Amino acid sequence: MKPFSYERAETVEQAAASAERNPNARFVAGGTNLLDLMKLQIETPSHLIDVNKLALYKIEPTPDGALRIGALVRNTDLAANERIRRDYAVLSRALLAGANGQLRNQATTAGNLLQRTRCPYFYDTNMPCNKRKPGGGCSAIGGFTRHHAIIGASDACIATHPSDMAVALRLLDATVETVRGDGTKRTIPVADFHRLPGDTPHIETVLEKGELITAVVLPRPLGGVHVYRKVRDRASFAFALISVAVVVQRDGAGRIALGGVAHKPWRVEAAEAELPRGVKSVMEPLLAGARTTQDNAFKRPLVQRTLASVLAEAKG
Amino acid sequence: MRFDEPAETNPIDQLKVIGQPLSRIDGPLKTTGRAPYAYERHDVAPNAAYGYVVGSAIAKGRIRSLNVEEVQKASGVLTVVTAENAGALGQGNFNFAKLLCGPEIQHYHQALAVVVAETFEQARSAASLLRIDYGPERGSYDLEEVKDTGRPAQITSGPGDSSVGDFAGAFAAAAMKFDETYRTPDEAHAMMEPHATTAAWDGDRLTVWTSNQMVDWGRSELARTLGMPKENVRLVSPFIGGGFGAKLFLRSDALLAALGARAVQRPVKVALQRALVINNTVHRPATIQRIRIGTTASGEITAIAHESWSGNLPGGKPEAAVQQTRYLYAGEHRLTATRLALLDLPEGNAMRAPGEAPGMMALEVAIDEMAEKLKLDPIEFRLKNDTHYVPDNPVRPVSPDPQSIADREKPEPNKRPFSQRRLAECFRVGAEQFDWQKRSATPRQVREGRWFIGIGTAAAFRNNQLTKSAARVRLDGQGVITVETDMTDIGTGSYTIIAQTAAEMMGVPVEKVVVRLGDSMFPVSAGSGGQWGGNCSTAGVYAACVKLRELLAQKFGANSADVQFTDGLVKAGNRSASLAQLAGDAGVVAEDAIEFANLRDSYQQSTFGAHFVEVGVDVATGETRIRRMLAVCASGRILNPKTARSQVIGAMTMGAGAALMEDLVVDKRFGFFVNHDLASYEVPVHADIPHQDVVFLDETDPVSSPMKAKGLAELGICGVGAAVANAIYNATGVRIRDYPITLDKLLENLPELS
Repeated sequence: MKPFSYERAETVEQAAASAERNPNARFVAGGTNLLDLMKLQIETPSHLIDVNKLALYKIEPTPDGALRIGALVRNTDLAANERIRRDYAVLSRALLAGANGQLRNQATTAGNLLQRTRCPYFYDTNMPCNKRKPGGGCSAIGGFTRHHAIIGASDACIATHPSDMAVALRLLDATVETVRGDGTKRTIPVADFHRLPGDTPHIETVLEKGELITAVVLPRPLGGVHVYRKVRDRASFAFALISVAVVVQRDGAGRIALGGVAHKPWRVEAAEAELPRGVKSVMEPLLAGARTTQDNAFKRPLVQRTLASVLAEAKG
Repeated sequence: MRFDEPAETNPIDQLKVIGQPLSRIDGPLKTTGRAPYAYERHDVAPNAAYGYVVGSAIAKGRIRSLNVEEVQKASGVLTVVTAENAGALGQGNFNFAKLLCGPEIQHYHQALAVVVAETFEQARSAASLLRIDYGPERGSYDLEEVKDTGRPAQITSGPGDSSVGDFAGAFAAAAMKFDETYRTPDEAHAMMEPHATTAAWDGDRLTVWTSNQMVDWGRSELARTLGMPKENVRLVSPFIGGGFGAKLFLRSDALLAALGARAVQRPVKVALQRALVINNTVHRPATIQRIRIGTTASGEITAIAHESWSGNLPGGKPEAAVQQTRYLYAGEHRLTATRLALLDLPEGNAMRAPGEAPGMMALEVAIDEMAEKLKLDPIEFRLKNDTHYVPDNPVRPVSPDPQSIADREKPEPNKRPFSQRRLAECFRVGAEQFDWQKRSATPRQVREGRWFIGIGTAAAFRNNQLTKSAARVRLDGQGVITVETDMTDIGTGSYTIIAQTAAEMMGVPVEKVVVRLGDSMFPVSAGSGGQWGGNCSTAGVYAACVKLRELLAQKFGANSADVQFTDGLVKAGNRSASLAQLAGDAGVVAEDAIEFANLRDSYQQSTFGAHFVEVGVDVATGETRIRRMLAVCASGRILNPKTARSQVIGAMTMGAGAALMEDLVVDKRFGFFVNHDLASYEVPVHADIPHQDVVFLDETDPVSSPMKAKGLAELGICGVGAAVANAIYNATGVRIRDYPITLDKLLENLPELS
């Protein structure tokens, strides 16, 4: 860990302004990922802005029937919220599939979106990594890649995004509300929030410097049957090899999002149109252009089989 | 006390205290945070500075230059110790790569410096300023690739190869033949507490408060490495947060804490960061194992061969994966072979049941496969080839009338009997309790919802090892008995069974016994390893207590044979006196050791068991989830069923991990274990282990020790992996011979989904 200064922000505006003043600042909320990364000197902020005092803890309906989740709502509270469990069950299930009770008590909604990859080469600072040192090369490529991306990856990075929650948010077409350093606000669809690695895998989201997430908004409930299936080597406390989130309507229409396959939660709307024609028809557009390694080639059949199983479950 | 005749009836047989399911006497200390662990010894070593170990970033090569200037200027830094300024260092007998390297680098994360600073954060931050210029060299990291360069090698217990009869001829002539190859991966001990040491010097005398399973080995090795007299080193290790073999030997934490403390003239503490626990210390080496079995048409084994390949650094040993195959099943023509290749990975060394743990993962699957070929129930096939004699051993003399097998049959001349062997009973009891008869002999027949269900079994086998063990017992004027021995408690329950032993011997309740462990000032014990600790250390306490009883009988003025020790009293005829009275203000002290003599040559001492496992395998994803497990163990007297059960369920859990998920993945380009933290090296969590049962057969083994107990803690892991693998096969019809059995290996052979 490098020495850093610390402040506790009282208001959203103050936090955003402070971030703009301190170019090498980071916001800290639950700290479940950031602090580990700081200990390893993968993240080396010179200034930490603690946002835990900001009034961003509410889960409240909006006038148009959507649901606004404060950025600081803990994963445990979000998963247990009655409205979430009733109207957005896939989100509750995705949250509960992640981490463990202690971490979920600490982790926040915004922080979960911003957690960084669990690529082991990213975590070993002796190894080249384009996320840690842009242009330094990727040591995962050609190495141990069982957990790595099969789609949307680049020659610079094959890491995956580790979040379960984000997969459900993508499925639900959530939006992210933010405040910039100059006080202006904007709304970003989750679909556009995370970036594919391309040549700049160190830039993981479209957030600007100092931009603070204040809320995540879920559109009106979709109805239908919600399933989140996380596939992993042990029964709990493990990142997904792959995960499949679906909402299936009575008429067979539905949505599909995948975790563990790409640098961001993966959803292809065109593939969903194939649902009435069965899983095999869905797979082609869903994973078009996928590139696998010997280690992670299993992910493609695993997605197909899991999807088939999940759809069967959803149809009862 | 020499132990060279089978034990007769002795005070332990009263079973007033021994054999009772006592909760651990050190439990309250642990649950209230008062048990002092190595990194938290501010009580005895206040004002300790913090050492942070820097590991090599390359696996093989040289340090061209190492620049400490920036580090030394960093805030709080007191010193940087490297091979250049550490002074001459010797080489220990038990580790074979240097614990402080330079300029030659032998493996990834080999320690090349320790940065000592006022705070941990300062030490860690400053460590990142170390400038190292490496000259990397090509290394060898792929066992598969170097396998055929492997050379014959000794295993710890003796020759790596053995041959009886004419295996090749008998195998060629066998009515039924089986020949398959199995692979087990490198594994990490993954104990909770990392290697950690606090060190302090007083003139030329060194004390280390450390986490080490073998106090006397650690002390000797530290003295040897520092080139100082052993008498000047004190090693203290009263509480250990798990070891599993990772803490059998001196490691870099203790050496670097000592060097750091010498350099800054104040106490220094060092804990290895998790990544260094994996790549800086030791691991269980990967194996490739080929097993061939030939039988008659009805299933009698006529030929059996087990060959194993593993790799290690120069000076290292092979994984003794063939060991159990010399003992477990009958068969006239036999062969085992051990080949060791050079690998530039971190040191491979002992992990819980070294040899048998991976060896049984292969052998007991092979037996299951062969049984299926023979259309025999796998238990029936095993029992058909049960043996009372070691089938693969040079003939050794047998005592004229060995009591322990007298009830069985007259010993055959020139054959070496097992002191006890209740393998068959373990299977019978287990089969009954687990409802084995419900198992479908044809795989992939049972389905519940999205799960294929299967059950599997495997034998458990591990040799019983005997090592000299000493203790000192002191009776004071309050009637309190204090036991001192350098035995360690690595979470196993040593404190408790030693207290029970002394209480039983002296006729007092456990509350009247104080147990002090893990200090090199105390008599040298067996230590904790090779599942010898429980039996040997309590036998050492027994020996000391026999001596104390003699001294007290003398004081009492009676012949020790006529004296009874009961209820805190010494009684003879109608006379009695309290222990407290007899001790007086001066107290009475006795010290002795148990030394094991030629009985072990006359009898093979082994421990046996049977594992049963039921799994569900997700039809779609191939995820395996264990549903229930049972172990039936026959391993001598159970000194404390509660702590013994904990040992076995812990071992079963570790075996489940080995079967399903544990895998130190080698990056064959850079030569290191990639998944070097507990997020990426997965071990089972609670959700993976829903239900476990343990049954201990009622057994005493008078040949093993006066306690009539044997090892247990490693028996519990031996065979578990195979039982899981066999259950997966029974569930799915897919046979995976490459551990761990992860879903990607099953997937392509699972039925297509609509």
